[in-house]
Amino acid sequence: MTSFWSYWTSIISLGVIFGCVWLLYATRKSQTSDTETEQKMGHSFDGIEEYDNPLPKWWFHMFMATVVFGLAYYFLYPGLGNYKGYLDWTSTGHWEQEIKEANEKYEPIFTALAAKPVEELAKDAEAMKIGQRLFANNCSLCHGSTGRGALGFPNLTDNNWLYGGDAATIKETITHGRTGQMPAKGLNPAMNKADVSNLTHYLLSFSDRTDDIKAAKKGSQMFQTACAACHGADAKGNKAAGAPDLTDNVWLYGSTAAKINQTITFGRAGMMPAQKDMLDENKIHVLTAYVYSLSNK
Amino acid sequence: MNHDIIEKNLGIMIPLIVIAISFGFLVEVVPLFFDKKMQEPVEGLMPHTALELEGRDIYIREGCHVCHTQMIRPFRAETERYGHYSVAGEHVYEHPFLWGSKRTGPDIARVGGRYSDDWQRAHLYNPRNVVPESKMPSYPWLFTATVNHKLTGDKMEALRAVGVPYTDADIAGAADAVKGRTEIDALVAYLQQLGTVLKNK
Repeated sequence: MTSFWSYWTSIISLGVIFGCVWLLYATRKSQTSDTETEQKMGHSFDGIEEYDNPLPKWWFHMFMATVVFGLAYYFLYPGLGNYKGYLDWTSTGHWEQEIKEANEKYEPIFTALAAKPVEELAKDAEAMKIGQRLFANNCSLCHGSTGRGALGFPNLTDNNWLYGGDAATIKETITHGRTGQMPAKGLNPAMNKADVSNLTHYLLSFSDRTDDIKAAKKGSQMFQTACAACHGADAKGNKAAGAPDLTDNVWLYGSTAAKINQTITFGRAGMMPAQKDMLDENKIHVLTAYVYSLSNK
Repeated sequence: MNHDIIEKNLGIMIPLIVIAISFGFLVEVVPLFFDKKMQEPVEGLMPHTALELEGRDIYIREGCHVCHTQMIRPFRAETERYGHYSVAGEHVYEHPFLWGSKRTGPDIARVGGRYSDDWQRAHLYNPRNVVPESKMPSYPWLFTATVNHKLTGDKMEALRAVGVPYTDADIAGAADAVKGRTEIDALVAYLQQLGTVLKNK
């Protein structure tokens, strides 16, 4: 703040306080005594008149108390232009102090938790209560408050994993996030609608849900050229690439023929955001244990 | 006493009332108009792209700011949940800013990148599809309505007049950048950049 604005705020702020005091005394000037009298203000509206009595004592003292409070406040805290206040208080300083105190209190707890392996931590009821709060704040919006996911957002309570369910992989997923890349195969000129339909029949055949064995056969040949690179020749998926197992009954984007057809045609791009900017390593460790505990009861 | 002179003359009373109630504004607001710190953008701050700008207008039209604030206060409870507290320099290109004043939903000053695009779309289509406990309204019409590209350039021109550094090329290309895009595209583009300039750690 330039010195002009510093003076500007100081003069107005103090002027308002002292102005109030002046106003109080100015209006008391005509007062003749401190006791209530029968003296009237001298105006009458429809016969309604007003006594000219002194201010109640309690009111006067309270008013003066607010003036003292105001001046003390300006002395202790920043408010008068560039004057920083006797206490040197700032909102960011206050925040830093708050963070420091919290760190002193919580860091030893998290450090102790982070020293334990995930598998052990997952059985620690106290730690899992902390994990549950972290999960609710950071993960539940996509994966649900119970971790069961939704269409397009993986269920974490089953033992079915796109990238792997061991502690290290879960931690990797939470820390750095994941980006799924199922290309829009059906939009590839090399594949026509019939091919997509055949592929759908082939995938349905794993759960005995197709009535067109011929189409499924054709689909299986197409699968080897178009899909096997990621999903494997046996369609059992590949965790290193995050390619799901297509032979089980877990379908992240829907298991109906129409949904499978849609997935093949337009592709999917599931994205798990990295949490490393929001959570420190110790918290991610506890969170990893919580996610691990969901499917390892 | 002569206060009836004031009480009986509105011509005197009105200006005196205005003076009496203006001190707070003169002290707390007016100096900020001239404070360099309030006008300097944080490092890396860019004006909204055409699509983000349209998304922002949809955000305003749908009244998102009525339930969501974009102002993280410097309290630990807030910075733990939402990220770094908001600073003035992040909002210098906003006319008007959308800090809001009431949180029926969470603060979204740093929602950019917190969730995937897919999640934002699924959530805006019907929040209960992904968050069963949610009481946020559904916005399914955003998925079919397209952005009105005819006014985008004019909006940028108007913003430039109040200090947002759009280039001539930005304004010339604005209509093409948003033509045919759905409103959900624009809104998600806007949401995904919110608060991303200032990193948490």
